[in-house]
Amino acid sequence: MNKPGLSGQRRLERRWGVLMALPAILGFVIFTAGPMVASFVFSLTDWQVGGTPEFVGLGNYTELARDELFWTSLSATTYYTLGAVPLVLIVSFAVAMLLNQKVRGLPVWRTIFYLPTLVPAIANVVLWIWIFNPDFGLLNSLLRQAGLPAGQWIYDESMAIPSLIVMSTWGFGNTMVIFLAGLQGVPRHLYEAVSIDGGGAWRRFWHVTLPMMTPTIFYNLVVGVVGTFQVFNQAYVMTEGGPNNATLFYVYYLFRMAFRESEMGYASALAWVLFMIIVVITFLLFRNARRWVYYEMAGAR
Amino acid sequence: MTAVQAPPRAARVAPTAGLRKPRRYGKALVYLALLAGAVPTLLPFVWLVRSALMQDAQMFVAPPEWIPSPFQWSNFTEALTAQPFWLYFVNTVIIAVISVLGTVLTCSVAAFSFSRLRWRGRNLTFAVLLSAVMLPYAVTLIPTFVMWQELGALDTFIPLTVPSWFAGAGGGVFNVFLLRQFFLTIPFELDEAAYIDGASPWRVFWTVVMPLSKPAIVVVTIFTFIGTWNDFLGPLLYLNDEEKYTLSLGLASFQSIYLTQWGYLMAASAAVIAPIIALFFFLQRYFIEGVTLTGIKN
Repeated sequence: MNKPGLSGQRRLERRWGVLMALPAILGFVIFTAGPMVASFVFSLTDWQVGGTPEFVGLGNYTELARDELFWTSLSATTYYTLGAVPLVLIVSFAVAMLLNQKVRGLPVWRTIFYLPTLVPAIANVVLWIWIFNPDFGLLNSLLRQAGLPAGQWIYDESMAIPSLIVMSTWGFGNTMVIFLAGLQGVPRHLYEAVSIDGGGAWRRFWHVTLPMMTPTIFYNLVVGVVGTFQVFNQAYVMTEGGPNNATLFYVYYLFRMAFRESEMGYASALAWVLFMIIVVITFLLFRNARRWVYYEMAGAR
Repeated sequence: MTAVQAPPRAARVAPTAGLRKPRRYGKALVYLALLAGAVPTLLPFVWLVRSALMQDAQMFVAPPEWIPSPFQWSNFTEALTAQPFWLYFVNTVIIAVISVLGTVLTCSVAAFSFSRLRWRGRNLTFAVLLSAVMLPYAVTLIPTFVMWQELGALDTFIPLTVPSWFAGAGGGVFNVFLLRQFFLTIPFELDEAAYIDGASPWRVFWTVVMPLSKPAIVVVTIFTFIGTWNDFLGPLLYLNDEEKYTLSLGLASFQSIYLTQWGYLMAASAAVIAPIIALFFFLQRYFIEGVTLTGIKN
């Protein structure tokens, strides 16, 4: 303030800039960077809560490789991700396309399709336990009325994960909202250009909508994969990992190790392996994205 | 650099052909598709509400009935008094309100700094902070738990609320990103005019940028509120005393205790869902607009 002109303004900005970013920076140090380092250190120890940590080097990691349940949980989680992510992407894209039309009662339609996303995770789980109930559940009641064979759903080893995939698709709202935002950003004039050239709805979709939406599709794909790899609630409340470990999802296994068996060191190693898996998958997705994600601004920058 | 797929190019056909098409047919299809999607989306809710209003006996009849007779309203009163749901509701609201306030305030302050104030290392700092979004929560879970344990904060609301006052900490940094994107769309001339009038950066933030950012703030508010309202793992880890339970915990323990009393369980679930649906219904216009305006797509 004492110095007039630009340099005074610059100093003011610098001082306030650091001050205003401080909570975020401290948050990162205290709740992300610090715990990350600690987690890695923990993962190199044999440490039960209450006891003293004992350094074991990579012992936890080699033990992991031999742990059958680790592989079970990894494959259950992968299965779930491979099923849930594409299904959610397709359903939410289709609904977003519909909601992007000029239809009557748009707020009502939007609310309907977003509703399931609002249901608290645990209420959701309770609701679906009831829907999957083999004797009196909604699903089997409808199937029986239609004269179709009923299933055991989450109580059947081979049906448990497909059931949870169906359940996860119900909550497609967040993905849909982001698609909707993307669709509204597609320039009108491109559609007009196709129409003038005599292209119909299919051409408009294939040559304008889809290429312009690839960044949004990519974003939802990455967020979806990272999210489904961390699925927890269903396994904890609904199936407790069963039947016969069919739904022993990775983070649920980790939770059990840390907070039931008190094996903090081993659980930390599990966390780090998950982290590395996610890093590798994201890296591969990003590299693959170059082939199909179209950025309008790419040339301009 | 990344564009490989060619920009869309329309085939050249007769220039005036097919510009106008009968529209009614297509519109009807759209409504039909919307309806076809809405039925399976709403069916579980209908099933929930009908079960919440039934006597157990009626719930278990072989061809399922859809209309409760009689309407068993007492399920609600009994379910909500079987456990101190009112207390759980108050606890959840306290945690949610403190978290929303902290997140909105500290995230927007940080977003302002990262978008409209120039300081050395700004962009690098922002990139580093943003990397936290990709980190699986499982990695920080155990050390954070141990930290709160060492600080004697277990079984308090502190672990569930304090991180939000540090810009949401961890994945919450996404809010900083979202707000920053929005702030960048506000003309910088406004700031300059205020600075010439002798305003401080805080004043510019509070009286210029914040009032213009309502849609983005509504989005962050709703996301954070829903996130806290629905959080299960956090309260599960940190709260032991039933007096401090949130609705999620209450419902989860209800599920295991009252496994047989489905009517109560359904009524309790409906009561937990209702407030958040009401909130969304009134805010949904701002919400969709806000998401569109903040340009999440890039």
